[in-house]
Amino acid sequence: MSTTAISNSNLPVHIEVKNLVRAFDGRRVLDNISLKVHKGETMVILGGSGCGKSTLLRHLIGSLKPDAGEIWLLGKEITRMQDQEFAEIRKKFGMLFQGGALLNSMSVGENVALPLEEHTNLSPEIIDIMVKMKTGMVGLTGFEHLMPSQISGGMKKRVALARAIAMDPEIIFFDEPTAGLDPVMTAVVDLLINNLCKKLGITAVVVTHDMASVNRIADHIAMIHKGKLVFEGSVPQIHASTDPLVRQFINGEADGPISFQQSGDDYLKSLFAST
Amino acid sequence: MKDSIDQFLLHLGDYTILLGQSFRCCTVDIFRRQGPRMAHVLEQMNEIGVNSMGIVCLVVFFVGLVIAMQTSYEMTKFGTEMYVGRVVGLTMFRELGPLIATIVLGGRCGAAIAAEIGTMKVNEEVEALRVMGISPIRFLVAPRILAFTIMAPVLAVISDYVGIIGGLVLAITELHLTYWQFVENMMSGMIVKDFVSGIAKSVVFGLLVGSIACHFGYRTEGGADAVGRATTMSVVTSIVMIIVSDAALTAVFVYIL
Ligand SMILES: Nc1ncnc2c1ncn2[C@@H]1O[C@H](COP(=O)(O)OP(=O)(O)O)[C@@H](O)[C@H]1O
Ligand SMILES: [Mg+2]
Repeated sequence: MSTTAISNSNLPVHIEVKNLVRAFDGRRVLDNISLKVHKGETMVILGGSGCGKSTLLRHLIGSLKPDAGEIWLLGKEITRMQDQEFAEIRKKFGMLFQGGALLNSMSVGENVALPLEEHTNLSPEIIDIMVKMKTGMVGLTGFEHLMPSQISGGMKKRVALARAIAMDPEIIFFDEPTAGLDPVMTAVVDLLINNLCKKLGITAVVVTHDMASVNRIADHIAMIHKGKLVFEGSVPQIHASTDPLVRQFINGEADGPISFQQSGDDYLKSLFAST
Repeated sequence: MKDSIDQFLLHLGDYTILLGQSFRCCTVDIFRRQGPRMAHVLEQMNEIGVNSMGIVCLVVFFVGLVIAMQTSYEMTKFGTEMYVGRVVGLTMFRELGPLIATIVLGGRCGAAIAAEIGTMKVNEEVEALRVMGISPIRFLVAPRILAFTIMAPVLAVISDYVGIIGGLVLAITELHLTYWQFVENMMSGMIVKDFVSGIAKSVVFGLLVGSIACHFGYRTEGGADAVGRATTMSVVTSIVMIIVSDAALTAVFVYIL
């Protein structure tokens, strides 16, 4: 558990987002977001479904281009970068997708081996050893021959994690790593994230809406609501916050500033109005 | 109306880019050791060519049989049924062998490819490849288009002969022609161009079916319903494009070359 707010300001900044703006069909999904993540830090991006978390991650990994703003990864601005230059940066980060995104036509071992086969000149024997090592790190030794369709959701995410660390990245992005998992498996995945990132000194950006995970893994939290940054701080700070938005989210209440599409009143009115 | 034109142009643009990237991957990039993996191409060639052979043969055998039946129905009235070999041979080589083979391929493998790539897109597998620095074009698209383009003519040749066997079976059993009468009659009316033009067409059809399937798969966005739509669109578009390009190519072969 890392509930103490570590002041990492003396460490280099690994990720910096400056005034990021992105609209889809005229609607601002990301509205002037600015963030800073230091080396080795675990930054949690918190927010309700549809608030723009995945969209923010997609910008960080370079698959979407912002309408305005800058993104700095490892000291380089990526939004205006050429593909070839970006390919170099890409080798230094990994990503864990929401559903794991394992290649279903390949076995667990082949999935983990894939980045090694593509980007290194290691012999098959060495790659084999590396795969065993990485699957061991996520506690899945002996599952290498299984196909993704034969393993559970939690195991898929762990395999995806093994694949993400195969190339020894400096940064890992996680999109809802614990969504859809039972509480025990959630704790296991959180523990893995903590262990791997802290032990290997990896910078992590974790998107989640699960407060239990936040308490376990976060060094720093940024909360997004409707595309805007509404809170930034450490775990004790978020628990001490008096902001009604933040309070509603961490207590998981239905009533508050984060509103359901229509309040009960409007719904009744609209029902009667239409009949 | 304006919307559908916009849509069409968008598709055409994406399609051209995909085709261009795949072409580059299969030509220039090979010399930079960035071409498609041999194992992938062989795997696809096996799936597209070898595993489709049975169904192609089955369909085209009956097509040959039916053509012989239909033409001899009219020919027997004039006592010209010995020409049935020529009719079956020409239609198979010039037209139906390649056409039937690639349409069956489009229905069987084109649909499968669109669904496969579409599902990978929806499951973020394609995105994951890209994040790992692996080009989805090189890894997924190029091997499939290449395998289609190589295997379509192979299947077309097989299809030509199986169709002719279908006609031959009818000629022997119903028209009481001998094997030699049928074959001699067929060969006497045939020139090399008949055979070559059919094969040339099948190369184009194969390229079309493969690339159209990859295009619709690659463009899939959303959920399972989008995969279904992509699959349907891929089959419909490939069949339409096969027929349209067939008309164009046939016109070239008949009137120009
Ligand atoms: N490609 C897109 N085109 C249009 N709208 C999009 C697109 N991607 C995301 N959105 C919209 O942006 C909003 C945020 O989506 P997302 O980032 O996936 O949310 P979440 O925080 O749940 O991950 C949603 O309302 C979604 O409808
Ligand atoms: Mg999301």
